[in-house]
Amino acid sequence: MKKLFFVGVGGLALATTAVGADISGAGATFPAPVYVKWAEAYKAQSGTGLNYQAIGSGGGIKQIKAKTVDFGASDKPLKPEELSASGLYQFPTVVGGIVPVMNLPGIKPGQVHLTGELLADIFLGKVTRWNAPEIAALNKGVPLPNLPITVVHRSDGSGTSFVFTTFLSMKNADWANKVGASDSVQWPTGLGGKGNDGVAAFVKQTAGSIGYVEYAYAKQNNATYALVQNKAGKWPLPTAPSFGAAAASANWLRSPGNYVMLLDQPAAAAWPISSTTFILVYREQGDAAKGAEVLKFFDWAYKKGDALAASLDYVPLPANVKTLLEKQWAKSVMADGKPVFVAK
Amino acid sequence: MASTALEAPRGAPPGHATGEIIFRSACLAAATLLMAALAGVIVSLFIGGLPAFRQFGFGFLTSTTWNPVTEVYGAAGPIAGTLVTAFLSLAIALPLALGVSVFLVEFCPARISRPIAIAVELLAGIPSIVYGMWGLFVLAPWFAAHVQLPIAMHATPGGWVDKLFAGTPNGANIFTASLILAIMILPYMAAVFRELFMTVPPQVREAAYGLGCTPFEVIRAVVIPYVRRGMIGVVMLGLGRALGETMAVTFIIGNAHGFPHSLFDSGSTIASTVANEFAEATSDMHTSALIALGFVLFVITFVVLAIARLLLREEKH
Repeated sequence: MKKLFFVGVGGLALATTAVGADISGAGATFPAPVYVKWAEAYKAQSGTGLNYQAIGSGGGIKQIKAKTVDFGASDKPLKPEELSASGLYQFPTVVGGIVPVMNLPGIKPGQVHLTGELLADIFLGKVTRWNAPEIAALNKGVPLPNLPITVVHRSDGSGTSFVFTTFLSMKNADWANKVGASDSVQWPTGLGGKGNDGVAAFVKQTAGSIGYVEYAYAKQNNATYALVQNKAGKWPLPTAPSFGAAAASANWLRSPGNYVMLLDQPAAAAWPISSTTFILVYREQGDAAKGAEVLKFFDWAYKKGDALAASLDYVPLPANVKTLLEKQWAKSVMADGKPVFVAK
Repeated sequence: MASTALEAPRGAPPGHATGEIIFRSACLAAATLLMAALAGVIVSLFIGGLPAFRQFGFGFLTSTTWNPVTEVYGAAGPIAGTLVTAFLSLAIALPLALGVSVFLVEFCPARISRPIAIAVELLAGIPSIVYGMWGLFVLAPWFAAHVQLPIAMHATPGGWVDKLFAGTPNGANIFTASLILAIMILPYMAAVFRELFMTVPPQVREAAYGLGCTPFEVIRAVVIPYVRRGMIGVVMLGLGRALGETMAVTFIIGNAHGFPHSLFDSGSTIASTVANEFAEATSDMHTSALIALGFVLFVITFVVLAIARLLLREEKH
């Protein structure tokens, strides 16, 4: 029954694919703009097109499991055991960050400092006013208004919510026990906007609100962001270098199945709520040529796509991580016992 | 179900019989196809929702917990939101639609009646996503600044006004969602009302005027009774649309899963919940709970339409 629904959706995605050696993917909305840009540039160079459907991370996982697409894309990494159960292999592509955005009259971006624990208390509805002593203690000299806090979260299931709630669970035991981490959770308080733009719109319209959006949205909207304390006790700005620092300090070598969350990394310059987005492909490719085309595309993106990614406010993976991943491909994605693609 | 015996109609000239039988079969096939599709949808929704119904039983309808992390699902919040927004939007749209159509038929000069009617029907052509965007970016901020804040400022704390209109002043709530829905169903209702009023024979109307009735009396005592059954049908169509509208509501209702406590509280509807979560629901129980929601919406719509039929039956006098 369930299968039927998804095959239907996948069928739609496939029906729009052009003939030829084009590859198809579906999933996360967060990296969709950069995948589309990469695909345009790549097609101009190689003639191979990519049809990417931004249907959400959960949808991407479902579609690759149903084999309706050549690769799935998810902001939420699959756990190693789930990967081996489904015969999938995952690798990251680009890095981004999640930024708490606020609407506080008279407050400039980066003026308000928060800790992860306090952020969770705010989203739990335990701290209800901006001039509460908990917030004031971290923000000496900041003219915090006497406004009630309105929490704005995502209403749709999203990888962004998964990363954000995972961070809150890491930082606050109360959040971990009461709410937990998932792409949609039972929010204790507040209202939900659909998509990053829905959250951004509600925050913009509601004085005293706080929400969370992908960095690109915060930057494009010139939103007032809050700084969040990282593991080293510092308050870095939410910018590309801080996300890059988080990606560089993560332990990629010793993460089975590339299950890497870039949250709360130890580097002094690391933005605490950084995240990366993943591609899912089958370890055993039924069609060696198709599998090779997929990896060729991402090989091109790793080598030539950084400038395009940066122009859209994404952060490329550190060079050493890319090299490591390309070595993995030769051992992980096979057809008839042979690697489908070996990067040069 | 239609189960007419296939036979040539009495009194038809010979030679027409074959054509008649083909025509009847075609009609029967169309009806059967529609019923089969309907049954297919109901059955597949029920089967898809079965795990959730088994797990939560009657609590699925009465509990307000909707927690994807612990896999506990209760739909009381979305169900309440669906019913409240649908009926509230009908209460707003019905008088407006009646007013517009009566004006167009009775009072409006013929030259401008047509353009206005077309303009009203154009409203029906706007995609729901556009209504949603407009609601979120235009109506909600305006509503928050000019309606919600003044009410919140002048209400006595703890009084009934305060209780009825409590909510975050940002315009994303049950009431604004109902407003948007009202604007969306209004053109359908107004257009069909107008057509209905046009079907009233001019002789009947003129006779009433001849007896010295005022326009209001003519509308009340002649026109409306003449088309009452049709009107109830139109109202039900509007209600059906309001119950199932998804995109526009998702944008502006605030998407809070709990039970709404006031008119200006954020809430959710069944359609908005399914739209928000279906694509991202990875666990089987979550998916099943969403399909079960779809089944509940089907039942609600069916019950509403059944009540409408009963009303129609009682209207025969």
